[in-house]
Amino acid sequence: MTTPSSDVLMSFEDAIATFDPVMGLEVHVELNTLTKMFCGCPTEFGAAPNTQVCPVCLGLPGALPVVNQKAVESAIRIGLALGCSIAPWSRFARKNYFYPDMPKDFQTSQYDEPIAFNGALDIVVETDDGPQSITLGIERAHMEEDTGKISHLGGATGRIHGADYSLIDYNRAGVPLIEIVTKPIEVEPALAPAVARAYVTELRELIVALGVSDAHMHQGSMRVDANLSLKPRGRAEFGTRTETKNVNSIRSVERAVRFEIQRQAVVLSSGGTIVQETRHFHENDGSTTSGRVKEEAEDYRYFPEPDLTPVAPDEAWVESLRATLPESPLLRRARIREEWGLSEHEMQSLINAGALDLVEQTVALGADPADARKWWTGEIARISNERGLDVAVLPITPADVHRIIVLTSDGALNDKLARQVIEGVLAGEGGPDEVVASRGLAVVSDDGALLEAIDAALAAQPDVADKIRDGKVQAAGAIVGAVMKATAGKADAARVRELILRRVSGA
Amino acid sequence: MSDLTRLDASETAAAVAAGEVTAREVAGAHLDRIEQTDEAVHAFVHVDRELTLAAADAVDAARASGGPLGPLAGVPLALKDVFTMRGAPTTCGSKILDGWRPPYDATVVERLRDAGVVVLGKTNMDEFAMGSSTENSAYGVTHNPWNLERIPGGSSGGSSAAVAARQAPLAIGTDTGGSIRQPAAVTGIVGVKPTYGAVSRYGLVAFSSSLDQGGPFARSVLDAALLHEVMAGHDPRDATSIDAPVPPVAAAARGELGGVDGLKVGVVTQLQGEGYQPGVQARFDEVVQLLTSLGADVVEVSCPSFDYALPAYYLIAPSECSSNLARFDGMRYGLRAGDDGKNGVEQVMAITRAEGFGPEVKRRIMLGTYALSAGYYDAYYGQAQKVRTLIRRDFEAAYRDVDVLLSPTTPTVAFPIGERADDPVAMYKADLATLPSSLYGGPAMSLPAGLGDDDLPVGVQLMAAVQRDEQVYRVGAALESALQERWGGPLLDRIPELATGGAA
Repeated sequence: MTTPSSDVLMSFEDAIATFDPVMGLEVHVELNTLTKMFCGCPTEFGAAPNTQVCPVCLGLPGALPVVNQKAVESAIRIGLALGCSIAPWSRFARKNYFYPDMPKDFQTSQYDEPIAFNGALDIVVETDDGPQSITLGIERAHMEEDTGKISHLGGATGRIHGADYSLIDYNRAGVPLIEIVTKPIEVEPALAPAVARAYVTELRELIVALGVSDAHMHQGSMRVDANLSLKPRGRAEFGTRTETKNVNSIRSVERAVRFEIQRQAVVLSSGGTIVQETRHFHENDGSTTSGRVKEEAEDYRYFPEPDLTPVAPDEAWVESLRATLPESPLLRRARIREEWGLSEHEMQSLINAGALDLVEQTVALGADPADARKWWTGEIARISNERGLDVAVLPITPADVHRIIVLTSDGALNDKLARQVIEGVLAGEGGPDEVVASRGLAVVSDDGALLEAIDAALAAQPDVADKIRDGKVQAAGAIVGAVMKATAGKADAARVRELILRRVSGA
Repeated sequence: MSDLTRLDASETAAAVAAGEVTAREVAGAHLDRIEQTDEAVHAFVHVDRELTLAAADAVDAARASGGPLGPLAGVPLALKDVFTMRGAPTTCGSKILDGWRPPYDATVVERLRDAGVVVLGKTNMDEFAMGSSTENSAYGVTHNPWNLERIPGGSSGGSSAAVAARQAPLAIGTDTGGSIRQPAAVTGIVGVKPTYGAVSRYGLVAFSSSLDQGGPFARSVLDAALLHEVMAGHDPRDATSIDAPVPPVAAAARGELGGVDGLKVGVVTQLQGEGYQPGVQARFDEVVQLLTSLGADVVEVSCPSFDYALPAYYLIAPSECSSNLARFDGMRYGLRAGDDGKNGVEQVMAITRAEGFGPEVKRRIMLGTYALSAGYYDAYYGQAQKVRTLIRRDFEAAYRDVDVLLSPTTPTVAFPIGERADDPVAMYKADLATLPSSLYGGPAMSLPAGLGDDDLPVGVQLMAAVQRDEQVYRVGAALESALQERWGGPLLDRIPELATGGAA
């Protein structure tokens, strides 16, 4: 192995004091089309191995590809959302290499003629001086097909070396991918890792807003390759780059970039050279290690795919797709933050909870933003965490939450009862009103019944009653608690408190 | 019916439709003929009597129930072993596909079945359609029924030999650089390469995707046209398939579009003369005179780029094949060699390919791999594509002035088996005249023009503009009738009788 040791790292501060990092980020997005890129097989994730295959995606002799128009549409929409030009004429090429994950031993991919090129994406990074807006250049977005999935079994590591045998699942082979490539990113060196993270975050939101992919990094439907090189401060030409793969979370993007800056800085400072290679990121310790070092650069012998005709989207179609673009996530966030009067932190926790869309829809139905946020990022988010599911997939709708808010503000429910209603809705017991009826969750609003309970509580705790009479109003809490208990939580606590004070003062 | 193997396809279909003979009887007669003659000819690599008779029975049943019958219903056909068909192996003449049974039907096979055409079996071919003699097959050499010591042409030599030997009235071949026309010429039958994109390639195991095209072999122009119409038509499973009506080739073959009177015919300067055998040139010159006497306006047309067709072809076709044949790696189907539990994946792939491919296939994979390599791409593949453009322009310019172009199909008659086996360039030159229209994509027919050197068949090639396939049938039918009048019958009447009786 000719790979330099990566045991020793330079501190990040020292590294960026001497070197300027240059990044290039390649993001693969698996499209959520119903069928594969070149055949009619379904793309659903998680099916039994090799059940979503046909002669085309198995590359059987004689089978031919046909381009999925829906995938072309998604590619164009991604390109347009990234401000790219859409090529009036582009082609697929064959990337030739022998490996069992490619049933044809070539991958059909766009190469020197991408469908979208020359765009930009605005991101915001946090700096010591507050949020800073940066525009990153997009080199291209192109279409390609995914490979099959190989599992190396029988060994200790799950890696190819030492495995007893390997199994291949071609369900993924031929699933449409869009690869989005940035132009070289040269930012203030200290910001580089955060910029990488912010870019992937922003891009992911854009993809999700477009509805073209679920963009789950942990499921591999969004994958990031981080290219990084260093150049001594002041030098113009780029250094040799490494490409770090296997970066499976947004946080890992930042860690991988940071690690490579520190690793390459040590190598270069000690007079070594960087090997152009693929490196693997390790989630456990945040390091990268050398992948397969090739004796010579791989020659993929690209040439135009002769089984396919050029992709030539009609201009009117492209314009009609432009009209379907959603508001940019960045602008939308700024707008919503202002409208709802949220702090940057509150906005971020809303996004992190994955609840922005749901809260917005709930507000659109007439709910107060603060109430909508309270339920979606509170009780519902808590349950989603508990179940390990996204908030969006839980069986409760913005309409349900809106109804719960209305019932609460009308005094028909209190917070405790509202939580039980949510539980009932999630358990499939019906809408909020049905759950209230079937579980008997209405607030006890009959003052007579409440006064009966209050009198009983005051009689049981005469010392507390005295304290209240003496003006220690906060002591009323104990009576409130007793009344709530007596009514099985179905009382409106504020009303109970009011009645206690009136009772004690003899009113 | 006396000898069912002597009937044309159109006659057979009419007899079946009229109930004069059953499809089963027709199929049986041809299966018997194969049994009697194929030990000598070796046109077939796979015949399944049961499957064939079952297909024939289905036609008879359809007729009995009064269902509509297609124009070729009940006619037997020999299928080149490069098309996938359920229930039979597909080998492409290669050891690397030994034992592979495809789980799906080629579109062409579906169309044959829908038309009631009865497939007799799969025919021998040069491995992966690379060759001009059918000597490059892993499953033995096919012999020319005119002279068993001679090659039947290639790569579709099994199909041409089957038709010439009356084992089948119809056959299907594929033409990448001449693999239908050259075998048709040297066996004295009709062979057509339709316009590229006319016949679906779905299920046709690819050699060179931008050039491969399936097409008919027959003993008459009309039969070829009838089969052409069964095979052709848009297929959404092939992105390069033409989405437009099939030109009226059967009408043209019946003379319904007129004869050659007043048509402009161009004789290509670059595709005659030096390098063409005297007997070939003589038959060609006679055809030119015949056309003039029939009222055609014959002019000489120069297509200077045609001189570069052979080198351009031998860069483009190998480049595409180097990629198309990559999938034969021993991982999923066919041969797997070297899997001893110690060799890694890459070694197993390499050993499998070394054992599974023959020398010509390896030569072309290496040529193509080299031509596509970084640093060589522009000089080889890129340059060849430019030549292809120039050839296309030569054709387009020519078709502004003339309706069809004319040349000999091949420079020589069938050469002896083994003669060019060790001389690839000599072998490649068999396709000199057929390569240009392959690179262009237009339709081209080889039509029997008489006997040349060694009393072996000579073919004349008729070429037309893209999607004007009817033009070659129109001229072909007029020439066929004038020539047969001169000969006093079909050329194939002069083929020596094959020794029969040898059970296969």
